[in-house]
Amino acid sequence: MKNFVTLIQQIESQSSSKKRIDALVEFFEKSEPADRLWCIALFTGKRPKRAVKNALLKSWCAELAQLDDWLFEESYHVVGDLAETMALLVPFDGAGGLKSKLNEQIKALLPMKNFNEEEQKEQVLAVWKNSNHFERFVFNKLLTGGWRIGVAKKNLIKALAIFSGQDETAVAHRLMGNWDPSTTTYHELMESDMDENLARPYPFYLAYSLENDLKPEMNLKDWQFEWKWDGIRGQIVKRGGECFVWTRGEELVSEKYPELMELGAHLEDGTVLDGEIVVHDGASVLPFQLLQTRISRKTLPKKLLAQAPVKFIAYDQLEANGEDIRALTLEERRRQLIRTTKKCSSKELLLSESIELKTWQDYEDLRLRSRAFRAEGFMLKRKTSPYEDGRKKGNWWKWKLDPLSIDAVLIYAMRGHGRRANLFTDYTFAVWQGEELVPFAKAYSGLTDAEFKEVDSFVKKNTVDKFGPVRSVKPELVFELAFEGIAHSSRHKSGIALRFPRMARWRKDKTAQEANSLEDLRTLLQLYEQQPSRTMSPKSHLIQLVQVVKADENIDAAELKIIQDYAKKHDLSIEDALNDELPQMEKGDGLKSWYHLLYTCLADGEICPSESASLMEIGVNMGLDVSALRKVIELSHQNGTVPLTDEELNAVLD
Amino acid sequence: MSLIEFKEEGLFCPRANVYIDPWKPVAKAIITHAHADHSRYGMKNYLAHPWSIPVMKHRLGQDINTQALDFHQSISMNGVKIMLHPAGHIPGSAQVSLEYKGEKWVVSGDYKLENDGISTPFEPVPCTHFVTESTFGLPVFDWPEEEVLEEQMHRWRASLVESQKVGVVYAYALGKAQRVMKTMANTGARIFTHAAVERTNECLEHNIELPDRTEFNSDLKKEELQGNIIIATPGSMGARWTKKIGPHETASVSGWMRMRGTRRRSNVDMGFVMSDHADWKGLNTAVKMTGAEKVFVTHGYTEVYSKWINSQGINAEVVKTAFGDEKEEQNEEQKELK
Ligand SMILES: [Zn+2]
Ligand SMILES: [Zn+2]
Repeated sequence: MKNFVTLIQQIESQSSSKKRIDALVEFFEKSEPADRLWCIALFTGKRPKRAVKNALLKSWCAELAQLDDWLFEESYHVVGDLAETMALLVPFDGAGGLKSKLNEQIKALLPMKNFNEEEQKEQVLAVWKNSNHFERFVFNKLLTGGWRIGVAKKNLIKALAIFSGQDETAVAHRLMGNWDPSTTTYHELMESDMDENLARPYPFYLAYSLENDLKPEMNLKDWQFEWKWDGIRGQIVKRGGECFVWTRGEELVSEKYPELMELGAHLEDGTVLDGEIVVHDGASVLPFQLLQTRISRKTLPKKLLAQAPVKFIAYDQLEANGEDIRALTLEERRRQLIRTTKKCSSKELLLSESIELKTWQDYEDLRLRSRAFRAEGFMLKRKTSPYEDGRKKGNWWKWKLDPLSIDAVLIYAMRGHGRRANLFTDYTFAVWQGEELVPFAKAYSGLTDAEFKEVDSFVKKNTVDKFGPVRSVKPELVFELAFEGIAHSSRHKSGIALRFPRMARWRKDKTAQEANSLEDLRTLLQLYEQQPSRTMSPKSHLIQLVQVVKADENIDAAELKIIQDYAKKHDLSIEDALNDELPQMEKGDGLKSWYHLLYTCLADGEICPSESASLMEIGVNMGLDVSALRKVIELSHQNGTVPLTDEELNAVLD
Repeated sequence: MSLIEFKEEGLFCPRANVYIDPWKPVAKAIITHAHADHSRYGMKNYLAHPWSIPVMKHRLGQDINTQALDFHQSISMNGVKIMLHPAGHIPGSAQVSLEYKGEKWVVSGDYKLENDGISTPFEPVPCTHFVTESTFGLPVFDWPEEEVLEEQMHRWRASLVESQKVGVVYAYALGKAQRVMKTMANTGARIFTHAAVERTNECLEHNIELPDRTEFNSDLKKEELQGNIIIATPGSMGARWTKKIGPHETASVSGWMRMRGTRRRSNVDMGFVMSDHADWKGLNTAVKMTGAEKVFVTHGYTEVYSKWINSQGINAEVVKTAFGDEKEEQNEEQKELK
């Protein structure tokens, strides 16, 4: 582990990526193959399964440090990282607690999940007491499974290319896919014949945003324009009679999209397509919201498949007849792609249209109407370009729609979280309705640290009133809020809900009086409201959302929020939806399942106090009993990932 | 009438009619130390430790009315006995004690318990009421021993010599910079100080001895700088001169460097955990040593720290002012957080 701890230390302390790459190369040179493999795995997001419950780790740490739970939680809140908090709080400074090799350390951790609590505690404490703060931090990172120590993938690839003597494209290709470090070897991953892995996708080529001053130099004839669809970028790989569907996040999602597997059955062997997974009713692309209902679902009820059918819009072909054709020009590849789509009899495969207009102005006019087609703008691709890997400038550009924006006045502020726990960084904004300011959106991101500091000190000096953690402030500061979508909402006082609002800039040049009005927002709403799906009422959509969530053990807080937001947006009550549409389910049971859900979220995730507070909020909004909810949360802290039994829940509800 | 009141202008002793580190202009102010968040412009009269006065005059103007009071000497104001005691925070930093009819308040200003070798070391002052800071009032803040820090700085300097680079250390001009100068001088490095640091050095040198150094200027040859140290204020991070000194490494010196997130975001090559404020253990030790029956918490993690002190059986509360508990501006370490 010594080499690995040193590597992490170097990566953490080096501000230049060249030095980080050097450190990685040095590590690869010094380490045995199994350590190299685990290092690659950790830096590409393949971490070992969690062996010990976080709740237990927390309690052992608090015990060692002789701290009450609340003080542990406060510390965690400020540090913002559980592994680091525990590394800092354990009051020992020793040596020799870690195994000498990274792979040995991981192998020692793997069986721990079958140990009983006492045995686990003994092992963890032995390491904690016999290591220094940084070693403990790395160990805790392995232990909690939350490995978020970053090396840009680009840099990892560069380092591996230098170390292994292969070119970067080949390395990038080798790292693709869902290889498992506990069953693969370094040799298999990095040195074996590439054909052995049938499922392996190609690295995706990603684009930067078009720089406007480039336009005059670009000859329209050299460029292919396509819609930039708002879906999930994916690859369909057909080899050896099998079909694999990959997302850009290198997740193998074949089972989630049976439509695309069916599509694959109609493709010839040795074909790889790059494209966009979208929900599509046969006539047009449907809102991204619907696709969200398909993401991370294990079960696929027929109803869901009928309500959110997916198709694949093919942008490009990367392999034909088993040959890697990425080096061909786009024009040549496109001819191949057209042949492939014509030959394929599946209705689920669509060809990305090449949009041919005469002038930049024509394109600009159409781009501004992208939202009507459910596209986000255009992709521009040089016709002579090969298919590159990673994010590169020059041959591909995305020319996205500008987000919608509005100038709003800051009226409430709350403290942030993690490194911002001491600052007021969570804001509520309002627009004018006559003489009154009506709140309509919350935003937490988009300012620089220095700006957040400045707003924070404004908040502290200009607090008008306090309601719990919320401050109301003198309405003086104006911010331009950018957002991706706007919809009607009868839950909000303003009657309006925004999608992904964030602070685009601080309008120091404007006074509060100059901010926009509710009337302006309503105009935007009329222009751009995202129509609910034509194939489903919001209510049945909600019910279906609830059903899928209930069938899934792996939901997280973010997903719960999506449902909550959806319900809010359409002014629906989740509880009503359950009661109306599922008469067989008693009211009590409906609510009970929500307790179970919240419990699972809390018990499973690396959930920090502010997240659990927002879950509490969700629960209360759902009409759950606050004290029962508190007890459930306590239970989740005690039990960790052990499921909540019905007896336990009944006891709580009594 | 309480001996001390928390008013909009700051901490006030009505009987003596004097404020301590006030935020707004008042007639009489006792200043614990010359940091900007304690020593402000606009007071008719300033009372402070003699070492603080040159720095205050440099910062607030030569024409301010000052009166010096040495440690352990007392003056009386309308029967209130007032004394200064070393706070160990920076050179000249003092705790103020105010005593009247068996009630004794100590306003500690900023303090730390470690002996940094340039500030008069902290002395605990038994009292009935103790006003403490809480900049680092969380158990995650635990400072390394002085020797460990020295060792780290030695190693860093050695690596600079080896790679023929300049070391640029960003440190607050008053207190931290002099501490770094002293430790770095022990490594054998030549010390170059940036103007803001050097002006403060000149003020302090009336009273304390500082290591040899040269004021940085852009005519210095790269060869002269290589393997040596430039000390500058955090505000000059990324300034134009840093692009002209050739290959260099940067370092930050602050208690916040204890946290990985702030260390990484500070965008320096090296983070030394060196603070002029007490760490968690230091705060706890100080509070216990005063034997105070009532503790007031200000400056930092006030809510958490007062809750903790209460749980230890000592009555504590957050300092409330007319503006609420957060009127105070950020202190120098909080500013470093950016
Ligand atoms: Zn200070
Ligand atoms: Zn201060």
